[in-house]
Formats: sequence, structure tokens, C-alpha cells
Amino acid sequence: MLLVVNTAAVVKMSVELDVFVGNTTIMDKEVYQLWLNGYTVSDAVKVRMEGGVMEECEASADVLLSDTMDQFRTFQMCERLLQNPAKLANQLLFQIPPDRQAMLIERYYAFDDAFVREVLGKKLSKGTKKDLDDVSAKTGITLKSCRRQFDNFKRVFKVVEELKGPLVENIKQHFLLPDPLARDYAAIVFFANNRFETGKKKLQYLTFHDFAFCAGQLINNWTVGAVDNMVEDMDVDLDKEFLQDLKDLKILIADKDLLDQHKSLVCVALRGKTKVFNEMEANFKNLSRGLVNIAAKLTNPKDVRDFFIDLIEKFIEPCRSDRWTATDVNLYLTHYTNSAHILDSFKHQTVWTRYMGVIKSCILRMYHE
Amino acid sequence: MPGKLKAKIVAGRHLPVMDRASDLTDAFVEVKFGNTTFKTDVCPKSLNPQWNSEWFKFEVDDEDLQDEPLQITVLDHDTYSANDAIGKVYIDIDPLLCSEAATVISGWFPIYDTIHGIRGEINVLVKVDLFNDLNRFRQSSCGVKFFCTMSIPRCFRAMVIHGFVEELVVNEDPEYQWIDRIRTPRASNEARQRLISLMSGELQRKIGLKVLEMGGNAVVGYLQCFDLEGESGLVVRAIGTACTLDKISSTCPAAVVPNLSNSSPSKDMKDSLQAVPSTLGCRSTHSSPVHSASSRLSQGFSVSVPTLLFAGMKNRQRSSEGPRARQCRAVFGEEAPGVPLSSGPPTPLRAQTFSSFSPSKSYSRQSSSSDTELSLTPKTGMGSGGSAGKEAGPLKALLRQQTQSALEQREFPFFTLTGFPVGFLLHVGGVVSARSVKLLDRIHNPDEPETRDAWWEEIRQEIKSHAKALGCHAVVGYSESTSICEEVCILSASGTAAILSSRFMQDGALDTEHRFEDTAPPACGFCHIPYDELNMPFPAQLTYCHCCRRHKVPDVLFTTIDVPTEASITGKGCLIQARLCRTKKKAQGEGNATAISNLLPFLEYELHTQLLNKLKLRGMNALFGLRVQISVGDTMLLGLASATGVYLTALPSPGGIQIAGKTPSDLTYEQHVSNMQKKINDTIAKNKELYEISPPEWVEEVIGSPIPESRQRSRIFRSHSESSDEVLELDLSHGKKDAFVLEIDDTDAIEDIHSLLTDAPTPPGFYSCNTEIMPGIYNWTSSLQMFTSVRVFRLSNANLTNQGLNKIFNDLCENLLKSLYFKLRSMVPCCLCHVNFIVAVPEDELIQVAVTAVAMSLDKDQTQENGRQSGDKTLMKAITENEEQLQFPLELSAECPSNPLSSAKGLSEVSGPLPSARAPSVDHSSFTDRCSSWIEQIRLKAHTIRRGSIKTTSSLEKSSPLPDSRSRSLRSNRSCPSSSVAVVKMTPLSFLPGTKIIKYLGIINMFFIRETTSLREEGGVSGFLHSFIAEVFAMVRAHVAALGGNAVVSYSMKECVFMENPNKNQAQCLINVSGDAVIFIRESELEATPSQTQSGNVQTSSNGEGT
Repeated sequence: MLLVVNTAAVVKMSVELDVFVGNTTIMDKEVYQLWLNGYTVSDAVKVRMEGGVMEECEASADVLLSDTMDQFRTFQMCERLLQNPAKLANQLLFQIPPDRQAMLIERYYAFDDAFVREVLGKKLSKGTKKDLDDVSAKTGITLKSCRRQFDNFKRVFKVVEELKGPLVENIKQHFLLPDPLARDYAAIVFFANNRFETGKKKLQYLTFHDFAFCAGQLINNWTVGAVDNMVEDMDVDLDKEFLQDLKDLKILIADKDLLDQHKSLVCVALRGKTKVFNEMEANFKNLSRGLVNIAAKLTNPKDVRDFFIDLIEKFIEPCRSDRWTATDVNLYLTHYTNSAHILDSFKHQTVWTRYMGVIKSCILRMYHE
Repeated sequence: MPGKLKAKIVAGRHLPVMDRASDLTDAFVEVKFGNTTFKTDVCPKSLNPQWNSEWFKFEVDDEDLQDEPLQITVLDHDTYSANDAIGKVYIDIDPLLCSEAATVISGWFPIYDTIHGIRGEINVLVKVDLFNDLNRFRQSSCGVKFFCTMSIPRCFRAMVIHGFVEELVVNEDPEYQWIDRIRTPRASNEARQRLISLMSGELQRKIGLKVLEMGGNAVVGYLQCFDLEGESGLVVRAIGTACTLDKISSTCPAAVVPNLSNSSPSKDMKDSLQAVPSTLGCRSTHSSPVHSASSRLSQGFSVSVPTLLFAGMKNRQRSSEGPRARQCRAVFGEEAPGVPLSSGPPTPLRAQTFSSFSPSKSYSRQSSSSDTELSLTPKTGMGSGGSAGKEAGPLKALLRQQTQSALEQREFPFFTLTGFPVGFLLHVGGVVSARSVKLLDRIHNPDEPETRDAWWEEIRQEIKSHAKALGCHAVVGYSESTSICEEVCILSASGTAAILSSRFMQDGALDTEHRFEDTAPPACGFCHIPYDELNMPFPAQLTYCHCCRRHKVPDVLFTTIDVPTEASITGKGCLIQARLCRTKKKAQGEGNATAISNLLPFLEYELHTQLLNKLKLRGMNALFGLRVQISVGDTMLLGLASATGVYLTALPSPGGIQIAGKTPSDLTYEQHVSNMQKKINDTIAKNKELYEISPPEWVEEVIGSPIPESRQRSRIFRSHSESSDEVLELDLSHGKKDAFVLEIDDTDAIEDIHSLLTDAPTPPGFYSCNTEIMPGIYNWTSSLQMFTSVRVFRLSNANLTNQGLNKIFNDLCENLLKSLYFKLRSMVPCCLCHVNFIVAVPEDELIQVAVTAVAMSLDKDQTQENGRQSGDKTLMKAITENEEQLQFPLELSAECPSNPLSSAKGLSEVSGPLPSARAPSVDHSSFTDRCSSWIEQIRLKAHTIRRGSIKTTSSLEKSSPLPDSRSRSLRSNRSCPSSSVAVVKMTPLSFLPGTKIIKYLGIINMFFIRETTSLREEGGVSGFLHSFIAEVFAMVRAHVAALGGNAVVSYSMKECVFMENPNKNQAQCLINVSGDAVIFIRESELEATPSQTQSGNVQTSSNGEGT
């Protein structure tokens, strides 16, 4: 057409600088998650475009890019504060409403189950960090995100390692995390400190939450803090005296009379109540030996590390091969524990209760049918 | 007279690690004021030191107190080498010098370093003991309140609006001193920051002195600017409006006392009593009948009215030289008073002053400066005025003339305000603006800033003469700005020519006058033309006002002020921007100045045309808050005009836009034209729907006036309303909304039309305006978000055409707006208010645009009117109270030969008030009374509570800092996260919706420099600027919180100068911000259970200083 003359020369212009600063810091939850997931700006823009924000708000790709860059920059500036959440609350640089602060912290410290399963029980050292690219490749989580999660573990570990007082409370205090997340971190710290083996093939079927549950049991019952809550390292290390005392339980398998007595008591209690009674009766001595041996060996750090694998090999696997149901296991363990109390010549009731309480709940949690 | 400044350093937190070996810091603090320095002990090995120092006491002059900031430096002690500075805090103690503002400064301040940014925080307590100042010849002006707010602050009432105050100080820029070559960037930045802080202090003090001299007690609409003139120096200048303000809460009870039958609060002028006895004499003689009940009249004025009035007249005439001379002195300071401008100080530059050049339709005044116009004598040739005056009644004419002359006596009848008390603004003429291109030269003697003064003087005279040509005696919404590129400087001033009511004027007997007019001015009054229809300053098409149908109104109205509260608006408004870019050849010195001044008129013309087109495209007929910004660079000129378009009900509906093609036309061309025409018509229709513009169809016949319906351009002479028998011209064809014709005769025009149509509409749910609030919206919620956004574009193609540049600039602005809408989408429905663009050309190929605005959410369901505050109500009350008017004897008219000019101008006004428009005499008094006593209560509470918290601060502080992460305490004694930092709201508006401002704590005026030599490491230019702006916000908030406030209103970013050198990995940025620190409380809480919630609220706000 004659008159449609586009006189505007084709000019390349580039945005040299582009910032947006609000008095209240604007943060989009969705973009924050993309940043946490370790996306690059351009990947994040792609994801957002697919998510349909653009149609919603009549925005162009440029607008989206500008917004994403800006927010990523904001998050980066906040990251230093997020690493010390207490600072976030009384810093002056960003005005962020308290509920937003809580959200930022919670999400920053959130982790992927797949990732945590890989590093659970490993030493939080530089060496482990170097192997993160393998973890990233294996789990499909970006390396950046892996590093953040790893650094979070390490940071929490370093801070609470030397603090007195209950582990979960300390984590909540210092990192302002909600209770469930603080408990998860307590588990991670506890596992890292005791270097429990979780990576063996036989353990693969267990989820992080299975381990976290067990960690909670161990922390609440087997550490120094479980008895006296003003001792150093109380929640991180197992109670040495208790571990020593566990050796006394050996009498249950070493003394033949005691073993038989124990067995008959359990059998009397269980007869007719379970379909796998025969298998149970046949296996009793083996199972009991397994559990008591685990107890007796716990003074040795190496055996502490193998605690979970031992539980599986010595108890869970035999039961599973005999097709016990969870109810059967529960029934068995209840009576197995209680019957020991009736044994006249068995003097270590307290230690037994403390030991078996944890063992029972751990096994039940780990016993996936 | 001296005062005692006391400072105490309590603690620090989050300090940076200064000793790499121990990962700790051995911090101590130096406290410096003037030449005195104190030091705290070293607090070894801690990142959260507790100094708990003694009170450091400085005994100083109050002059110094006003000028100097308190300087706090945090250092790291080093036994073997020099101590390392961690950072500094500058505290402006001005707010403490005002009895009604803050009483103590206490809180956590960010420790700021110009190289590293914020490095931890420090808790400081500052107090001032002032001795009473009885010295007549004092140099200080403590106690004068300053407000950035562009209208009368919400909890005050204007007793008198004295008028324009200005001051300017110059100095050498430390950055350009020889010593700068050998000192570190840090030292140079700090020297600059300190100097500017000192200069602003001095400037405020000097302005304060002028205000005191005028008898005022406050400066409203205080605008301070810096001109970084590079080699030639540093200029800090400020303008403002001097007022006598009275706290509403304190006077209301008195004003409401019923037995003083007629006593109006506006007569209650205590300050002027001592300050300007001569004027008081005049004034009170005239108002004496009203004053009869006042105790102040012990001076014996309460004699019978006629005599006194007579005496008063004489008095005034005799003393008319008095105030004038005084004012001259005030304006010129030490210089010779009243130097006539035409023969004024010779300017050392080959300057070209030119006046604004306006397109025919816009109401910028077009004239070249001429000495006759500059002279203060009124123009002759408006003969009809005389007769009209007689007809209208001599007394009215006389009074009119008094107002007129009182204003004319002023050096500059300017007002920086953009919002006015109801009834103050009578008529609006249009925008007046003036620009002048100057060549900078070195300021040789900083003590004599004459050159710069003379420059501004010149421009102001120009503005004044423009206003006069528009038949106006005053300029409102006045502002000044500069744009500097190397040695060329464009000075600009603009405002809105207006006729004001004398109600708030101090001079002479004027405050009696309002009895005669506008007890409640008609809401459409301000639209009525102030100029003479026979001698119109520009071709305009007049019609009868669509509201009152008695007075003439123009077809379009441009103003720089906010939409008056009483204005009736149809539909909603919107932000309208005209953007323009012009290439310019590179040149030096004088040649450059000439080139620029040759380009300027075209730039201005095109901007106005664009504005007008865009306005019409939106079906609107008036612009408010017009701000034209011209920025100059080496190779281009940028022009950006922003305004808020509205449809004023009183003005005629705008015609459409018609496109006319070239004369020789072929078929395709015709088609194209009609296509475009269709597009334009569609857009107009769409816009009308979007902005809900559906004015009641105005039918000419309705008035019943004998106007023959005619589509031809017929001119009819007919007599006007009762009040005057003046002949007037009526252009009927315009009344029928004839289209506005756009001719497409070249590609430029096509581009123009394209750009008209490419302006994207705001996305659904969004409104935008650059005025305080959007007319037509009242359902504000309290949710708001103030923000600053900066973009810099690099033009990589050096050879650009004007069109190409225009497109880029246009896209830049449009995209920026789009980004803002996207960012703020979670607040929908919302309105971007006070959208303020600042454009600059920092380097050859760079265009910088900075936007500051506030997004305010709307409540869709609720339609209550929150916008109007009780301040207005009280004013309304004052008006109704004064309804009973005096009957002045008519014989007096002979005493005063009426000025033909002024009476002609006053014509339309005289017939102003409609009986029906009188405010209903509702009894607001008891309500206001109750309200104000609550406020008083709160104030008391606030005081006691804050005092309480101060006492306990030291003990609190011990427990508040964070324990080191390594500390082995079981429970850290950290305070709960939600309460540790008080929330400080910021807004560029003068109010916060849904809240009541109960106290103004003082002005915030801060200047920061940030520099980096590791640009890449800080995230590039964006990262650098992002953190700097965030830091500036943080420092503003911290200062407000330390004053005990919980918000900043009228916040603005005056300056944002950004320079970079990516090759050297360096960047530098200067930011200047200002605003008013306030304490607000939520209205809902105020209404619910006043006493309890309020104390709770105040406690929250005082939390900020405690923790």
C-alpha cells in the first residue's frame, strides 16, 4: 500500500539496565520456586510462558524476561539473609511481611526427597559436595539446587552440632523453620553425625520419611538428651552409657534357660492369634539372637552405622520371607518385649524397655509388606 | 542562641567481618558534629557490639544545628595500622528543632558506606535541648516546619498562605576539586554527601528565615533540587510556599465555641501579630467586626465599621510600599532590593531566553518576553473592564482590585501547591511555562550566587507575564527544573495561571473579601475563563459552562495542578504521555546552546500537539498534573510530557479527530485515509466506554437562550448574564463538537497517527494517573505498594532518524509501563497513582527512564468515599460559618479608583456564587470537636509512650542483638521475627487511604552516593542499582522509624544520576529523595474504640525505635 511507510529504521536497542524496587519487596512464589529449583533465567521464562501467565496478563515475552531477571536478582540478594534466617527478620534492607518471610525461609530450606535420600548419612564434607554432580545426574535435580540443599544441610549441621538443648528446638530457633521441617532437619543432622548407612541396595526401598521417623525415635530415646536435656551434644550423639548397658542384654540369648523361657512365654501368648505361628515359633531363637546381637554391638561405631542394614538382615528379611504381615510383626514384637519383663532372672528391664521401644517402632515403620 | 545536642551510641549488629583472621571486628564509633568529635570505647571481637556509651554532648549554635548533620562513623580498631572505616550514618536533626515534630531520634540506622553499601546497623539515641531564642537578628529559623506535601498537610489548617519563597546556594563540587585527584573515591563521595547535606541545611535555614519574615510558620510544597554543574560547581536550590498553619486539633475546640457568633478561625492569626504588625493593622481593621469577640483586639480596633474600614484603606495604601519592600528584601537577600529585571544583573552568557511556544489549541501562553509585559503595570486596552466593574457594583470591583493588587505587589505571586483548600482556587487560565538555555561558567564566588539567581529571576518574570496575559494574577502548581549536559543548561519553569480567592492571603484587608464571593464556589468555577473574551491570549473556542451555564469555559483545559476536590468529573481519568525524541548535531559551547534553543520550540509544540491528540482520542477534555520534561544530551533532545486526562463535566465534549488527506489524492489513498479514520473513531468509542465517559448530552436549546442552531461558523454578539453587559463572542460551530482535523501531508503525520493508535490501553483492572488520586475512584483499600523502576537503553545504531528515535523512546516508555502492570498484577483492581517519569540522557547513546509511583488497590464492592478527609470538612465548615456577610457601605467605592484591568479580570468571578451552591449549614462542629479531642489524646499518649520506651531502651538493647551463631545458649533471646522491624509505608501521595495522619515528624531529605569498582561482582549495572535503590529505601525507612513514624508521605526521588564505565568495571550513582515523615493510624481503629486501639497503635509504631 502506498502510504504504509514504515520509517522506523531497524534499530537494535538493548536494555542496559532494568530494575524494579518496591518498598515492600515483591516476590512471586512461582518464580521463587523456579529459582530454588536452580533454573536459569531463560529456562524459567520458558516454564512461565508454558504456565500461561502471559495470556492471563497480556504480557509479552520481554516483560516476562524482565520480571524474571528482576526477581532472580532479588532472590540472589536475599540469599545471604536466607542463610541466616534470624537476620532476615531484623535486617532493614528488604521490607518483607512476616508471612512472606516465613514462606521464603520454609521454601529455601525445603529439600527434595530424592536428593536427601542420596546424601542421608553421608559425611557433609567437601568430598560429598564434589560428588553432587553425580547426584544431580541421577536424580534429575539441577546441580544448583543440589548444592543449595547440601549447603543447607551442612549449615544447619554446623550450627546445631555444638549447641546445648533439644535438637529440634535449636533448629527451629536458629533457622525459624516450622516444626515438621525442623524435625526433618534434626533427622538429617542426626544421620550425618552418626553416619548411618542408608545407601545399600537392601535399604533402597526405604523413603526419607521412614528414616526420619526412625531418627526421631533414636533421638527421643537413645541420646543423652533423652535423659538429661542440659548436656552438650545431647541430641546428636547416642548415649554411650546406654550403649554400654545394652551389652547386658546378651544374657537373653546367652543363657539357654532364659532363651527357652522367653520363647515359651511368647508362644503361649501368640498361639492362635497369628497365621504365621509356626514360622514364628521356628524362627524365634534366630530373631531374638539377631535383635540382641544388634544391641550388644552398638558400642562399636561401625556397627552403629550398620544399624538399619542389620535390622533388615536380621529381622525384617526373615519375617518377610515367611510372609508375616505388619500386624504379625507388631504382635510378635509386643509380646517379645513384654514377655522379657516376666522373666524372673532378667534384671535389665529399663534398658530392655528403652531398647525395644525404639526397635519396635523402627521395625514397624521399616516393614513394608 | 545555643542548643545542646546529645547523642548516645547504644549498640551495633550485623557488622561486617573486618578481621579475616578472627572472623570478627573490633568496632568503635566516632560521633562528630561541627568540629567536635567524641569516641566510644572499642568493643573487641564482636559483630554485635554493645557500646552503651555515655551521652555525648555538643553545645552549638542553633544555626549549626540547622545546617549540620550529626555524623556517626563506625570504625574497626587496628592496633598496628590505620583504623578501617566500616561506614557512616548521617542524621539530620532538623526534626528535633521543631517543637511539634519529633522529640527524640532513636533506632537502628543502617551503617552506610559509599563503596560497600549497607554494612550492619547501629542503634543511636539523639536529643536536643533548645534554649528559647529571643534574638531578633538571629540567623536561624528553628521551628519553621517544612513539608514536601503539595497541599495543606492533612492535620493542619491554612490560616494564611503567604506565597512564594525561594533560595539558592552554590558551591564548588568536591568531585572537581584538585584534591580529588589524590584522595580515595570514598573520601571524595563522603565529602560530596557531607557538602550537600550542609548546603541543604543552610538552604532550609535561609528559607525558614524568609518565612519568619513573612510572618509564616511553615513551608508547604517544599521542592529542593540539585544541579550538578560539573566543573562549574554545585547548585542547591529550593522553592516552596510559605504558610501560617494551625493544627486542626488544637484550634478546633476554640473555633467551635458557639458564643462567638461570627468568629471565624481564619482570623485567628497569632503569628502574624508579632511578626508583621503593620500588615496586621490593616488586616484587622477590615476584619474587626469579626474580631470583636477575640481577646486579641485589646489594641483598640473594635470601633465602628465604616471608619475603621476607611482608616484601613488609607493604612493599606500608605503601607503598600512597606510589604513590597519587605518582600523584595526577602527575595533578594543581600542583593539590591527590587532590581528591575530588564536592567538586571548582566548575565555572563549569551543566553537565549525564549518563551514557551504553544500550538494554537493548547493553553500554554505564547509570547516573547517584552519589557512592557514584565513591568508590573497592568496592561491597558482592556477598557471594557472599567464599565463592567461599575455595573457589577463598585464595592465588588474594589475588593477585586484589592486582591489583584495585593497579589501583583508580590515579586512572584507563585504557589508551589498543587492541591488547595476548597474555595481558594477561583479560576484557572491554563499552563504557563518558560525555558531558557544557558551556558554554564564557573561559579567564582560561592557567597554570591547572583548569576544563578538572576537566571531564575528572569524565568519567573517571564512566567508572571504569561500569567498576566492570561488574565490571571497568580501561578499555582509552580515548579522549576533543569537539565544539564556538559556546559549547556536548560532552565525550565512551569505552572498554572490562576485567579485565587483572597481568603488565605495575608496582605491588606483581603481576608474580608471572601464574604462577598463563593461562600461555596460553584464546583465548576475554576473552569471558567479568567481572561477577557475580546482579547483572548490565544485562539480558543469558548462555550457556556455545562454546569452552571452562565459562564464561559474553554474547550480544553491544561493545568499543572491536581484535580480540585470540588471538580465534577465524568467517568474516570487516565495517564496520558507525549513522548518525543529529536536528534541534534554535536556542538560545543555557544553553538550548542543556539542549536538547542532553536529546537526547543518545535519540541514543545509537538509535545503539546501529541498531548492534545491523545486527549481527544480518549474522549477527554482536560489535563491535570501536566509535567513537561525536556532532557538534553550530546546528540539528542528528549521530551516527555505526562498528565492525567479527565473529562470535566463543565467543559464541552471534545470533538473527534478527523483525518484530512493531501489534496491531490487517488483511490488507494482515500481508502487508506478512511481506514485510519475508522480506526480512530473506533478507538475513541472504545476509550469512552473504557473510561466510562458518557456525559449527559448537552443540548444547546436547553438554556432557552436565543441561539439559532447553525452549523455554519456564525458569530453572534449577545449580552451575557446579569452581572455584566459585556459583549462576547460565541463560536457556535465549536459548540457542536466539530472534529479536530489532523492533516496527513507527510510521513511525519502518518507516524504521529500510528503512534496515537499504538498506545496500548492499560490492562483490565488497572488505572493510572500522575495526579494524587484518580478522579472518579473513591473505594481505595489500604493496600499499597510504592516502587521505583529504572531502565537504561543503549542505542547501538548511531545514525538514527527522528522517527526511529521516537519509536524507540515511545516503546521504551510503553514497555516500562507494561512491565509495571505485570509486576503489580496481584494487586488488581488497582490504580497506579502519582506516576512520575524522569528521563535523562546520561551518555551519548543512553536513554535513562526512572519511574516512581504507588500502586493502590481498590475495593470493588465498597464505594465509600475515603478520599476526602476531615481537613476538608473543617474547611467547609469555616466557609459556611462565614456565610453571613457584611454589608459594606457603597460610598467607599469612590475612595479607591478601580483598576480597569483587574476589574475586567474579576468579571466572571464577581457573578460567581450561586445561591443554590451555598454549602448546607450542617453542624459539623460537634463532630470535628470530638474528632480533634481524640487526636489530642492520641498525641499525648504517643508522647508518654515514647518517652517510656526511651527510658527502657538501654536495658532492652542488651537483650535484643543476635547471639553469635556459635554461642551456646539454649534459647537465643532474639525477639520474635514479626515485631523486630517496624513496617514503614512509603507513598508519593500526601495521604494513605483509610488512615488518618496524626502527626508530621519532619522532612526527610537525603542524598546518597554509591560507587563500585567491582561492577561485575555486584551483579552488573542492574545488580548495582537494584541494591542501591533498596538501600536508599532502607535508610529512609530507618530514619522515619527512628523519628517514631510509621510512614513517609509525599515521597519523591528527585534525582537519580547513574554513570557507568563497564570497561573499568566501575559505576557510580547519586540519588536524592525527600518526603514527610508521619505517624498515621487506621481510620477503622479510630472509629472503633478510640482510646484503646490508638495507644496500641502508637506502641507498635514506637516499637521500631526500641528494637
